[in-house]
Amino acid sequence: MVHATFIAPFVEFEFMRRALVGVLALALSAAPVGIFLMLRRMSLTGDAMAHAILPGVAVGYLVAGFSISAMTLGGLVAGLVVAVLAGLVARVTALKEDATLAAFYLLSLALGVILVSVRGSNVDLLHVLFGNVLAIDDSALVLLAGIATVTLTTLALIFRPLVLDTVDAGFLASVSRSGGVAHIVFLGLVVVNLVGAFQALGTLLGVGIMILPAVSARFWSSDINVMLPVALLFAITGALCGLLVSYHADVTTGPAIILCLGAITLVSLLVGRAGGLVWKLVPRRHLEA
Amino acid sequence: MAVGALRFRDLTLGYDRHPAVHHLDGAVAAGALLAVVGPNGAGKSTLLKGIAGTLLPLGGTIDRDGLDPRRIAYLPQVADLDRSFPVTVYDLVAMGLWRRSGLLGSIGRRDREQIEHAIAAVGLTGFEVRTIGSLSGGQLQRVLFARLILQDASIILLDEPFTAIDAKTTADLLAIVHRWHGEKRTIVAVLHDLDVVRSHFSETLLIARKPVAWGRTADVLTAENLFKARRMIEAPDPHAVACEHAA
Repeated sequence: MVHATFIAPFVEFEFMRRALVGVLALALSAAPVGIFLMLRRMSLTGDAMAHAILPGVAVGYLVAGFSISAMTLGGLVAGLVVAVLAGLVARVTALKEDATLAAFYLLSLALGVILVSVRGSNVDLLHVLFGNVLAIDDSALVLLAGIATVTLTTLALIFRPLVLDTVDAGFLASVSRSGGVAHIVFLGLVVVNLVGAFQALGTLLGVGIMILPAVSARFWSSDINVMLPVALLFAITGALCGLLVSYHADVTTGPAIILCLGAITLVSLLVGRAGGLVWKLVPRRHLEA
Repeated sequence: MAVGALRFRDLTLGYDRHPAVHHLDGAVAAGALLAVVGPNGAGKSTLLKGIAGTLLPLGGTIDRDGLDPRRIAYLPQVADLDRSFPVTVYDLVAMGLWRRSGLLGSIGRRDREQIEHAIAAVGLTGFEVRTIGSLSGGQLQRVLFARLILQDASIILLDEPFTAIDAKTTADLLAIVHRWHGEKRTIVAVLHDLDVVRSHFSETLLIARKPVAWGRTADVLTAENLFKARRMIEAPDPHAVACEHAA
């Protein structure tokens, strides 16, 4: 029973093994990025950015048909352009980053949908919007592994300025000029991870594997050093669960992964030790000090 | 100029071309204990940002005697902190070692001893693993003072360090300020409590966008000067024309 449910799908089918490796690599890089998105109050920024990569994906599709590499490259370029423009506009003008991004992503999304609809079918559009993790090939796996490597290395490099820029930006500005650079590099990491996630989960759901584990982890710890591994554990569990549910129930994989991650968030929200609802409702004796 | 001295020459600082500090001239001697007072919107915090190098002048200069502004210790207003961020007291204090550790430098045994010493100096031993969100306003200000201690700077800028904290914490933090003064460090503090200024600060700059008075505290904090400062119009004029003086 256990073997048939949890092991057999991966032993028997190569596409399931590829999907497993792909989502594990994605979880490894997306979860820590999601923690910082949430702590920097940029959860919806991630969502906006996910929409922003669509025109690039569409241009890749128009140029080379349904080629994962061309669409990935297009998405990467579009996402980075929007991220850097939005970051710069927010830093040098009075406009806040959320408003800047909203303006840019709406334009991008509209442009992307028109570009896809000019040549593609509705099936293609659905594929771009919601991904297909079971179609991950060798080049996609290499890309996801590369994204995970780059993300974790870069996050280690900008960890201190990223934390300090969030907690006390005034102090960081007084000791270092790295706050602005860290912010732009971080936006770049968000884009790179969204592009990776687009292959597995599509442009619309890709941000889910970043934000949902981060939100869940917030209910289990108040220390960022603990939240990071907890979010990683949740991302891996949710991805694995989603793959298995998709296989056994014969439902679309991307949404299945997101629903599994959502279920973890729901449980965390209810019983998480750091602010879960149940602990607020259950009367407990106060402490000595 | 000695290490820790500052000189302002026709200094104008501001935002979107509107001056918040307008044509300031003067010098702060090395080892000075200077209070900066004035009504809201007078440019006090802006002046500190200028000295710290986080805001570039619209006109004039700030001479720090060759000191890299990044070597100046700066305490921003506590209200500017994101207290919901899940960082511990120990980690936030450790950021005071930025000049030595930078992006990737490790925190060694000697550094850890210094961090523990700084936390002990502000009376927060035992709070190391607490997250900053669980602290009171006074405790958080003590954490930020511990970070200043680690910075070991010749110039220390304090922006409203005693706002919304109790008398005991104020007294403890003032003792630290006096210790720094005894070590010949230059201290520039933005303050609102004029009793604290009169009791503890020998020199005062009264500012209302333009300097109103600067000198011995007793000579500066007169009823006449304070009245002059209060008459300052808080909001910048949206129809202001270009400053003739700057041409």
